[in-house]
Amino acid sequence: MGSATEYNRRDIFKRAAALTVMAAAGGPLVAACAASGGSGSGGSAPTTGSADNPFGVKSSDPLDVVIFDGGYGADYAKPIEDIYKRSYAGSTISQLATQDISGKLQPRFNAGNPPDVIDDSGAQQMKIDVLQKAGQLTDLTVLLDAPYRDDPSKKIRDVLLPGTIDQGTIAGKMYSLNYVYTVYGLWYSNKLFTEKGWTPPKTWDDFVSLSATIKQAGIAPFCHQGKYPYYANFMIMGMIAKQGGPDLVARIDALDPAAWDDPAVLAGISAFYEIMQKDYLLPGTNGMTHTESQTAWCQGKAAFIPCGSWLENEMIKITPADFDMAFLPFPVLAGAKMPQNAVQAGAGEPFVVPTKARNQAGGLEFLRVMLTKEASGKFASTANSLTVLKDGVDPSVPLKPGTKSSAAAVTAAGAATFNYTYRDLQTAYDLALQNATNELVNSRMTPQQWVAAGKAATSSKV
Amino acid sequence: MRHRKYPFIVGFLIIPIVLYLVLVIWPYLQTFGYSLTDWSGASQTMHFVGLRNYTQLFGDSVFRTALLHNLLLLVLLPIATILLSLFFAFMLNVGGRGGTGGVQGVRGAGFYKVIFFFPQVLSVAILSVLFQAVYRTDQGGLLNGVLVKLGLENANHPWQWLADPNLALWCVMGVLVWSGVGFYLVLFSAAMQSIPKDIYEAALLDGAKRTQTFFTITLPLLWETVQTAWVYLAIAAMDAFALVSTMTQGAYYGGGPNYHSEVMSTYLMRNFITFGKAGYACAMGVVIFFITLILSVVSLRVTRRERIEY
Repeated sequence: MGSATEYNRRDIFKRAAALTVMAAAGGPLVAACAASGGSGSGGSAPTTGSADNPFGVKSSDPLDVVIFDGGYGADYAKPIEDIYKRSYAGSTISQLATQDISGKLQPRFNAGNPPDVIDDSGAQQMKIDVLQKAGQLTDLTVLLDAPYRDDPSKKIRDVLLPGTIDQGTIAGKMYSLNYVYTVYGLWYSNKLFTEKGWTPPKTWDDFVSLSATIKQAGIAPFCHQGKYPYYANFMIMGMIAKQGGPDLVARIDALDPAAWDDPAVLAGISAFYEIMQKDYLLPGTNGMTHTESQTAWCQGKAAFIPCGSWLENEMIKITPADFDMAFLPFPVLAGAKMPQNAVQAGAGEPFVVPTKARNQAGGLEFLRVMLTKEASGKFASTANSLTVLKDGVDPSVPLKPGTKSSAAAVTAAGAATFNYTYRDLQTAYDLALQNATNELVNSRMTPQQWVAAGKAATSSKV
Repeated sequence: MRHRKYPFIVGFLIIPIVLYLVLVIWPYLQTFGYSLTDWSGASQTMHFVGLRNYTQLFGDSVFRTALLHNLLLLVLLPIATILLSLFFAFMLNVGGRGGTGGVQGVRGAGFYKVIFFFPQVLSVAILSVLFQAVYRTDQGGLLNGVLVKLGLENANHPWQWLADPNLALWCVMGVLVWSGVGFYLVLFSAAMQSIPKDIYEAALLDGAKRTQTFFTITLPLLWETVQTAWVYLAIAAMDAFALVSTMTQGAYYGGGPNYHSEVMSTYLMRNFITFGKAGYACAMGVVIFFITLILSVVSLRVTRRERIEY
């Protein structure tokens, strides 16, 4: 899960341009299917190394790195590469920063010469579940059991924030390291709320009654990034999770059809549906892109918007200086199994090491270097976001209002955090849920039909 | 000298033929091969599955929907584009009120020609951005902004255009027609200009009206050009990938809401790239190939007429 900034560029120019090239092929669409031949020469399996060099990296082996050049940019990779070079004097690193991950890497995976480590994110990412099924991803258990560079008495698995391992785990093995810690919730302008004397709602009833007040004030209570229904799903699935508890989250992630019969699912979606029934939506929001809706929200046309914590960085140029962006955990319904202040938070931005990487040891070591205080701090300062390394960022780093607010919410939540993995690991299921939500927000589907669609989607696998 | 002729011809043809074989024919053949496998598109591992992809394809309701949408485009896109561009070309070249010269376009024809050709200069990426602004679902959209200002729609429930399942495909078709008319206008104009003026003058002397002139002179003499235009537009209708995938709703190559604007090419790409079902996608590619091929042959045969020499 990359930040949404990449969608700006991909929507319009990058994707359209790439597609135009394909469209230019016109009739011979079939030609797009043709792959180049080639056979893979498997990379050397990591040999057992020393404590300093657990994967047996050879300085003489060049390292081939591909970085997704999206919301976090690619500048953060330089300091990591510098640390790597410092440890393995004389090693050479070639880095490709791109948004077109699929376009650049699909031919290389097929030809059997993939890079050594990939930030596989963004709209053009190669799907983790697809790659794993094709046997292209290295099991990262070796990384988890390797010593932490800053304190070799600890293992990597001990210094990751909770949920990081689950986020990249397919069938019991971790295949991707999600590096960026992301918080999902509702966002509002503290300035607007203070001016109007509105209290941020904690329960769903508060949310509904406040929405009535907001609507009377001539502002739309709620907007969302309608063209991409997964943003609305952050909220829907977040409310369902809080109502049904962590077990339900796990069952939904595991594609258990019976999970959808849990009353918490219907309760969550029915509550969300009130937004449509009571006409609390910003007019037109169901067809708007994330840029359009988030801009409207920054302009004060709507009070709440669901998003991940990349929102602040993404909208930084448009947000008024005195906006005072603030974060709110998704509201809870009566009888919720999770506390009101529980937050949806977890690891995003998956990094993978291909099985056929020529310098697999180097790829793994690169990930181990990323998980150091030095690299994590550099990431925080260049990409303006936190990483999954526990206490990875110095408290002296000044935070912007929205980030400060979401960080405070995470602290308040303590152990009460949850996250879904299906978005990263069950592509077809995720798409079916997005389609259903798109129908629901347009009132073309009832909550009952939405639940049925979710249940039916459990049979969708890639 | 005869024995020297063939090596000479072959010398010229060898490079294009080799290029064509390697870059077009060979990928096509590969696609046929891949369509019989369960290739994921993410590795070289694959197994032969016979015709399973094809049997699955014909039971796939999304694919059938996409096919229907393509067929709808196939019927309507050429008709709308050709009629409009023929009309405009006729007006710009011979439709003017008879002045001293007898046969001429409407006043300002040269200016209109430039205007009509503008869309052709824009790349598909720009078109997509432009029309997303036109179809924007709130009042910031060109259409909704104007309609709300005119009091023709409720500002609290503006039309949803690309986000409306009943309108999405029509919105895309509108863009295809808008962007295509200019090119075919120029094509038809060029063809019309090669029709000798004396034929028109003779018709005028006989008292023919504009409509009569169009149907009895212009259209029959343009028939071959119209035929060509038809084939081009049919191929464009079988594709429509760039606009659908960028403009419409739905994750991974658009086609939404809920498959209401899905076309075969977007569904192919989603299966190939996103879902890692490259073998299945290749089967779709093969089906698209045959449909396009059959349609081209049929339309050329059906519309074949006696060639008029002038």
